[in-house]
Amino acid sequence: MTVNKMTAAQVARKVIENKELFILDVRNTDAYEDWKIEGHKFDYLNIPYFNLLDGVEEIIDKIPADKEVLVVCAKEGSSLMVAEMISDAGRDAFYLEGGMKSWSMYLEPIKVGELANGGELYQFVRLGKGCLSYMAISEGEAAIIDAVRFTDVFTNFAEEKGVEIKHVFDTHLHADHISGGRHIAEQTGAAYYLPPKDAEEVVYEYTPLTEGLTVTLGASQIEVGALYSPGHTIGSTSFVIDSQYLLTGDILFIDSIGRPDLAGLAEDWVSDLRETLYTRYRELAEDLVVLPAHFMIIEELNEDGTVAKRLGDLFAENHGLNIEDEAEFRKTVTDNLPPQPNAYQQIRQVNMGKITPHNDELTEMEIGPNRCAVR
Amino acid sequence: MKVTKTLDAKGFACPMPIVKTKKAIDSINSGDVLEVLVTDKGALNDFAAWAKGGGHTILEQKEAAGVLTFYIQKA
Repeated sequence: MTVNKMTAAQVARKVIENKELFILDVRNTDAYEDWKIEGHKFDYLNIPYFNLLDGVEEIIDKIPADKEVLVVCAKEGSSLMVAEMISDAGRDAFYLEGGMKSWSMYLEPIKVGELANGGELYQFVRLGKGCLSYMAISEGEAAIIDAVRFTDVFTNFAEEKGVEIKHVFDTHLHADHISGGRHIAEQTGAAYYLPPKDAEEVVYEYTPLTEGLTVTLGASQIEVGALYSPGHTIGSTSFVIDSQYLLTGDILFIDSIGRPDLAGLAEDWVSDLRETLYTRYRELAEDLVVLPAHFMIIEELNEDGTVAKRLGDLFAENHGLNIEDEAEFRKTVTDNLPPQPNAYQQIRQVNMGKITPHNDELTEMEIGPNRCAVR
Repeated sequence: MKVTKTLDAKGFACPMPIVKTKKAIDSINSGDVLEVLVTDKGALNDFAAWAKGGGHTILEQKEAAGVLTFYIQKA
């Protein structure tokens, strides 16, 4: 039988289109339990490759014959070996090209909606890591928000759309993934904006992103306006685009809220987080569509693969927005926090420009789930 | 510690270090010690889990100049 490769892009389509897939994950059990490919209709079996060196006869009955089978490992080599064994045992199998490493890096651009006068807003969904980046375009100009480090994806997309990148923003100094923001700005001549309160230690030039700052895109003057919304970090800033969309960064997610501890100051920032979620956001129009910088679980994806929900609905449904008692809120966001993201302190140093590791090291730092939220 | 056999798996990527280690372990006697040199960082967790699964004991492991060295006693 045959062995074929499946790319991260093909797996992403299966997630978004609600397709079935049987994943045989051959990484060691700790790695699998920590982080895996999530799909609405995916089934899983985890057996480390080093337990399959004598062949797959003992497990072949656990692999369904009526589904596509994808073998997954960290970098590709072991999944190819196991896929070949399955093929030798008389079954078709796929292996994941580039392994979890390529899954972690793959971005799927999805249109979120229309802006006034023919403008468009795109969400770049990094399924393997749960990161969400944005590009707003209007009449030849583009603004990017929370770009991940694969700068080509954004510059190529802008080129395809025939738009010039004018403004590049980060809602805050990220701790879970490496920002591509300032590199895109360097390549394109765009302005790079960062909240000054998050940027006290950065070693590069930037434009301060402060409350009330607005930029406009194209002749139709699509407005991108900044709203100071601290709590995940002290500088965290949200954006309102075209009076329709609220980009919340890592402050508010679909099914959870931001955690205040990744810069080591949980206790200090709890009251900021509460103020942002329970006062500042309450003053906004409930019809704004919330677009966060992350998702944590696959259930947060809409049917078209986007991660977006009306603010009013989140006020009604998101547990983190419905904790009336302040002491209980404080307890929720400071006690029993999930483990911190992999290498988060190093990632902050990279985003400050203090260290510049080579590409392989950056990939290693970003391995694993993002964990920026509290449920 | 008396090393019975040395396996140089430097430069090999996953899964080859474990594949070669398994072959080398199969060729020595119970109680013998295999020394394995690898450069693939992924080996760190995989060796521990593989050895545990097979009942083998990692007597010692060290890292120097990017090379991981394992001393594995066969069960």
